[in-house]
Amino acid sequence: MEIFWFVIIAIILTIFFILDGYDFGTGIIHLFLAKKEKDKEVIAKAAGLFWDSNEVWLVAAGGLLFMAFPTLYASAFSGFYLPLIIVLWLIIFRAIGLELRSQIDHPIWKTIWDKSFGVSSLLLALFFGIALGNIARGVNLGGVENGTSIYEAHYFFLPLWNASFSPSTTHPGVIDWFTIVIGIIAVVTLAIHGANWIILKTNASINTKLKSVIFNLNITLTVLTVFSVSIWHIIEPHPLANYLEYPIFLIFPMVYFVGLIGLFFIKKFKKEVYGFICSCLIITGGVTSTLATMFPTLLPSTNDVNPDLTIYNTATSDYGMSVAVPWMIIGILLLIIYFIIQKKLLAGKIDDMDYGH
Amino acid sequence: MEDMIFYDRLQFAFTITFHYIFPQLTMGLSLIIILFKGYYLKSNKEIYNDAAKFFMKIFAINFTMGVITGIPMEFQFGTNWAKFSELTGGIIGQTLAMEGTFSFFLESSFLALFIFGEKLMGQKLHFLTGFFVFLGSWASGYLILATNAWMQHPVGFEVLENGKFVLTHFSQLFNNPWLLPAFLHNQMASLVTSSFVVGSIGAFYLLIKKHEAHGKLFLKTGVIIGLISSLLVAFPTGDLNAKNVAKYQPAAFAAMEGIFETEDAGAEIVLIGQPNMVEKKLDNKIAVPNILSFLTYQEWDKQIIGMDHFDKSELPDNIPALYYSYHIMVGLGTIFIGIMAVSVLFLYRKKLYSFKPLLWTILFLVPFPFIANLTGWYVAELGRQPYLVYGLLKTVDGVSPTVSSGNTLFTLLGFVALYMLLGLLFLVLVGKTIYHGPQHQKH
Repeated sequence: MEIFWFVIIAIILTIFFILDGYDFGTGIIHLFLAKKEKDKEVIAKAAGLFWDSNEVWLVAAGGLLFMAFPTLYASAFSGFYLPLIIVLWLIIFRAIGLELRSQIDHPIWKTIWDKSFGVSSLLLALFFGIALGNIARGVNLGGVENGTSIYEAHYFFLPLWNASFSPSTTHPGVIDWFTIVIGIIAVVTLAIHGANWIILKTNASINTKLKSVIFNLNITLTVLTVFSVSIWHIIEPHPLANYLEYPIFLIFPMVYFVGLIGLFFIKKFKKEVYGFICSCLIITGGVTSTLATMFPTLLPSTNDVNPDLTIYNTATSDYGMSVAVPWMIIGILLLIIYFIIQKKLLAGKIDDMDYGH
Repeated sequence: MEDMIFYDRLQFAFTITFHYIFPQLTMGLSLIIILFKGYYLKSNKEIYNDAAKFFMKIFAINFTMGVITGIPMEFQFGTNWAKFSELTGGIIGQTLAMEGTFSFFLESSFLALFIFGEKLMGQKLHFLTGFFVFLGSWASGYLILATNAWMQHPVGFEVLENGKFVLTHFSQLFNNPWLLPAFLHNQMASLVTSSFVVGSIGAFYLLIKKHEAHGKLFLKTGVIIGLISSLLVAFPTGDLNAKNVAKYQPAAFAAMEGIFETEDAGAEIVLIGQPNMVEKKLDNKIAVPNILSFLTYQEWDKQIIGMDHFDKSELPDNIPALYYSYHIMVGLGTIFIGIMAVSVLFLYRKKLYSFKPLLWTILFLVPFPFIANLTGWYVAELGRQPYLVYGLLKTVDGVSPTVSSGNTLFTLLGFVALYMLLGLLFLVLVGKTIYHGPQHQKH
């Protein structure tokens, strides 16, 4: 039952990163590369039409995590207090940026909300990457000082950083050089993803240029990937243990590399959707490989006093988890139906559409 | 310990208060929108379709605000109330997660379809999408109320040795005797807010002599639904709720009614008065004898337990705030019935559209249903104190053990600043939409 819910939540979270990921990426591209007003408008629209329905996946993931693994929800959300609240604020700035830019037709007004959208998207991508890095690296569970816990074994509170910026101490901060690397990987990945989305959904004048941008970013991503894999042993002494035990897990890194290699052929793709599929594969592979490396751990402990938080010691009762299965299935089916309807309704290039207003 | 949780409570109170400005309007408005759309299908008069589409625009702005202020609510269970989440997440996580997967989706998806898809779908399907928006927003209210009902009156659970609450009977979450009256009361109150908004936009158009045909329709709809919902809020839904409080939370009941001493031979109902917490009595009170006993138990001389009956640790920790919130809510509700009754009378005698004093009254009435809704929620939440889960888990024991109050103060100030900006932008957007008007546009 724990594994079932873990898989469901992981899938929903991955869908969230794919869907809202292109909104973040669109924002990053918008911030750095959109110069003409016409491009800015259509690129903002490529995220603006979708952000709220994409964000619903975050709400669903949060709710299900709360229901199935309440101890993890409580521990992680209070332990990462400041970064999470800052993420909330960024989400708000991203949303109002998208919703407000077209409300008043004045260059300064538009610039303010474009920057709000772009900068928040960039920071959100960075923060979500740093969050993933933190979850992989682990935290000082129980707030252990000199061998004794100052909190209950499953609680912690993380400073934003500590002076050493090192991931290998027992007292890591939210930001250290390892989590920064993961954060940058997230920014690069989502920038690629956003660029693919823009190519797919718009006729922006920068689309041809974006293909070169994707190609170059993909080289960066490859370098970063190799680097992060080679240092992974610093945060996890046996990074390959799970892959040796469950060889089936190897499919996740393979998905990642198929996407990564595929994108080197971006300029040759006959259909624009291929590029987008590749970046979806990268995100899916990246998130699932990280989770697969850790399984069944959800949040490792960086000290020897308190145990890791796993899917087993943070789950609710068996009854609670099984009684939620039927309604969750109905819920997910509804989500999928809705998703298909929405994509059908808003299919094609955004600048070719008639909105009826 | 009390100080440590002060900022957590204030932050939750502030963010939920700001959040609930929006859903209370959207829930009622979705019903009014499908009434307009349904009448358009029947009568084929374009004006009703204009009305439906115009209010869906207002709905959309409110919905966006509701989404972006709602996500912080879900997060705060974990960030600020970690111990509460850890102990009860297996139960309230059920209803909250259902809200996230079902209703939220229904609403956001069909809202997009309603706004973008009229030409594509044809009128009948367009009505249906509106209906699903309504269904989504009311289901959302129902599931949030189910969560709150469990906190007010916990059912269907057992407490494990480690203190965790785990679910034993899923269906009892929805059979909770607290739930249905609270839900209906809440929905009717939401309908009061939205009908008053609809009516006051109508009054505004009539006063500035623009969009007058639409203005008349809005005003008429607003006052008729306003009167019906104002009556239903008081009776039977409000009445049933008060009886539930008297039955399940007698300490809260005594505090909100201002009953300091147990009255054996029938309790009076306090209309006005100021709680004096030093001398434990009401100052300057105006009260009617025996009415409270009758309203609560249908017996004139039935005993009502006062606050003297309870240990201080069992009583709500802020009795004046609870007492005032309750009396503001009831007082406003009574005034609403009066004004709406007069308005319907004027409508019936065909004088409403030209009688300026009443139009101005309806226009300026618009903040008050919001206040009545919010004070109503303060009654529920302050009355539940000092508990998070009534009788079982104290509020002080639910807070995050590792988050210092300095951190919470910092984020609280951030939320205040950010929400002020949001509020300002919201008013600009809604103002713009209202000024733009509901006229049918040719493209």
